[in-house]
Amino acid sequence: MHYLEFEKPLAEIEGKASELRAMAAANKEMDVSAEAAALDKKSADMLRDLYKDLSPWRKCLVARHPDRPHCKDYIEALFTEYTPLAGDRNFADDHAVMGGLARLDDRPVMVIGQEKGFDTKTRIERNFGMARPEGYRKAIRLMELADRFNIPVVTLVDTPGAYPGKGAEERGQSEAIARATQKCLQIGVPLVSVIIGEGGSGGAVAFATANRLAMLEHSVYSVISPEGCASILWKDAEKMREAAESLRLTAQDLRKLGVIDRIIDEPLGGAQRDRAAAIEAVGRTLSAMLKELDGKDRAGLIAHRRQKFLDMGSTGLAA
Amino acid sequence: MNWISNFVRPKINSLFSRREVPENLWSKCDDCGTMLFHRELSENLNVCTSCGHHMALPPRERFAALFDGGIFTEIKVPRPLADPLHFRDQKKYPDRMRAAQKATNEAEAMLAAEGEMGGTPIVAAAQDFRFMGGSMGMYVGNAIIAAAERAVKLGRPLILFSAAGGARMQEGILSLMQMPRSTVAVEMLKEAGLPYIVVLTHPTTGGVTASYAMLGDVQIAEPNALICFAGPRVIEQTIREKLPEGFQRAEYLLDHGMLDRVTHRLELRDELITITRMLMNQPPAVRGTLPAPDPAALAEAAVTPVAADAAVAPDQGESRGGKAAPDARTPEKGKKDEAGAKPAKSAGSGK
Repeated sequence: MHYLEFEKPLAEIEGKASELRAMAAANKEMDVSAEAAALDKKSADMLRDLYKDLSPWRKCLVARHPDRPHCKDYIEALFTEYTPLAGDRNFADDHAVMGGLARLDDRPVMVIGQEKGFDTKTRIERNFGMARPEGYRKAIRLMELADRFNIPVVTLVDTPGAYPGKGAEERGQSEAIARATQKCLQIGVPLVSVIIGEGGSGGAVAFATANRLAMLEHSVYSVISPEGCASILWKDAEKMREAAESLRLTAQDLRKLGVIDRIIDEPLGGAQRDRAAAIEAVGRTLSAMLKELDGKDRAGLIAHRRQKFLDMGSTGLAA
Repeated sequence: MNWISNFVRPKINSLFSRREVPENLWSKCDDCGTMLFHRELSENLNVCTSCGHHMALPPRERFAALFDGGIFTEIKVPRPLADPLHFRDQKKYPDRMRAAQKATNEAEAMLAAEGEMGGTPIVAAAQDFRFMGGSMGMYVGNAIIAAAERAVKLGRPLILFSAAGGARMQEGILSLMQMPRSTVAVEMLKEAGLPYIVVLTHPTTGGVTASYAMLGDVQIAEPNALICFAGPRVIEQTIREKLPEGFQRAEYLLDHGMLDRVTHRLELRDELITITRMLMNQPPAVRGTLPAPDPAALAEAAVTPVAADAAVAPDQGESRGGKAAPDARTPEKGKKDEAGAKPAKSAGSGK
């Protein structure tokens, strides 16, 4: 279990409880159940308190939690017959972007998402979920394929942003993102999306320009990272807490602004504490969102998406 | 030490010094540092007369040079909510906004207008880098949508001049949402079969490049313009190596297949006319004003009317036909051609 900075006091209590239990297991005569239960209660209370009103910055930390289920976990658990499809047919296969045909509730869908990796090796292989142009072009290709065969598209968003590298720029990072966003708007099949962790700027928009967009309770979606914003507007990257506050990047604020359609509740203490429950909740939401779009024809789906974005920004937050 | 020396004299001095050296009489080239006479510079569309460096050209001045006779009609842009997030960094967003409005005398970071360019009806939109770095917020999105809707309604091409540091952080997610929103505008034009031409000017970066600025049917950039998604500093920090000379400049992008053309600002108008007219299936433009009647040529023409065409040099010709390549003309000549139809100031109607 990986504890975040603000969870340190919790780590202490939980550590004590498990220490006590280990001791009791070694020594049969010892009865620690009362103490352990007290500690459990204390830690449960603390967990509830900590997560009751997470600050936007803490939500960023939870959204980036290394133990949080990632795209690959969702695909493996929720979809059957997942058949990865690779490559942009131009340059390379970008491992930061997963995608392929799969079935959700037995229905064929095209699932596409950003995968960050779970250990050093896979993180490097996945480039920490930061796609290069070929990743966006792969997504475009898969969306086109889905569109041609009338298969709904499901996207799972989890990226710090598009990769800022030399090769990525040379191969047209901005054009690739722009075209992916455009493709999202063009396809005549349902497009539903869930932000499962970080929705980092343009790199996320290229996947999340959907008919229905949901966010996990503690995920974030933002124009810029709080650190980046702080270093530009505050001239001090350490002001990320203030920046996170100002940017309104939480699911709760984005729901009020009409940018997202749904919030998916996470288990107490975040998706990383009960991965199975989080994954199941995302599955239910995906099915529900696809169901809502059943019966809409191609033109209707495209028009719906367009109107949704044209209308966006007509409601602000209360002062 | 009295109020005269403390208060009156500085006041008088400042009054005089201001009158003697108006701030805008001379400007310094951003690149080569040459002092340039303001009028000369603005006649040269803010291109340094010494080194050819392209400096920022505010939308109103650009439109004055772009539209025939400098005449254009502003397109009304729906006003978005002011400060929907109640954003606050070291300053409040509305305060930053007011400061930008005061400094630029513009409502926001984009100006949209309709008019004729070389007799070709067009809709144009231009981003104002002076206004909070040209940043893309809801107003900019609204302006692009309004321009596209107008273009569709009138059946005209849309020419967009981009210049921006990226998204406007003070509008948070709503600025990010302008990426799909502006793309919807591009889709409207596409669906209506109308050309969408993007002219990327220095600098065009971030979310702007990653949306409407890279989706043109034809992509033209001004020389040496910085065009990128991630800025050079961010990349250097990420990869920890020095970037090559000219990286992410217009010519570099042209080389890497990301642009159709890199065009000098003084040749841009002619090129835009040529391209839009071809895409719109219109006959070649009639260029320039008629040449002053040359008595000798007139007399000759009276005798042999057939020779009229040959007697007119192509450069001053009333109709240039499709053969003469605009590239063959020097910027100076291009200027001369326009001169006849270019009053000093714009005639925007919206203000």
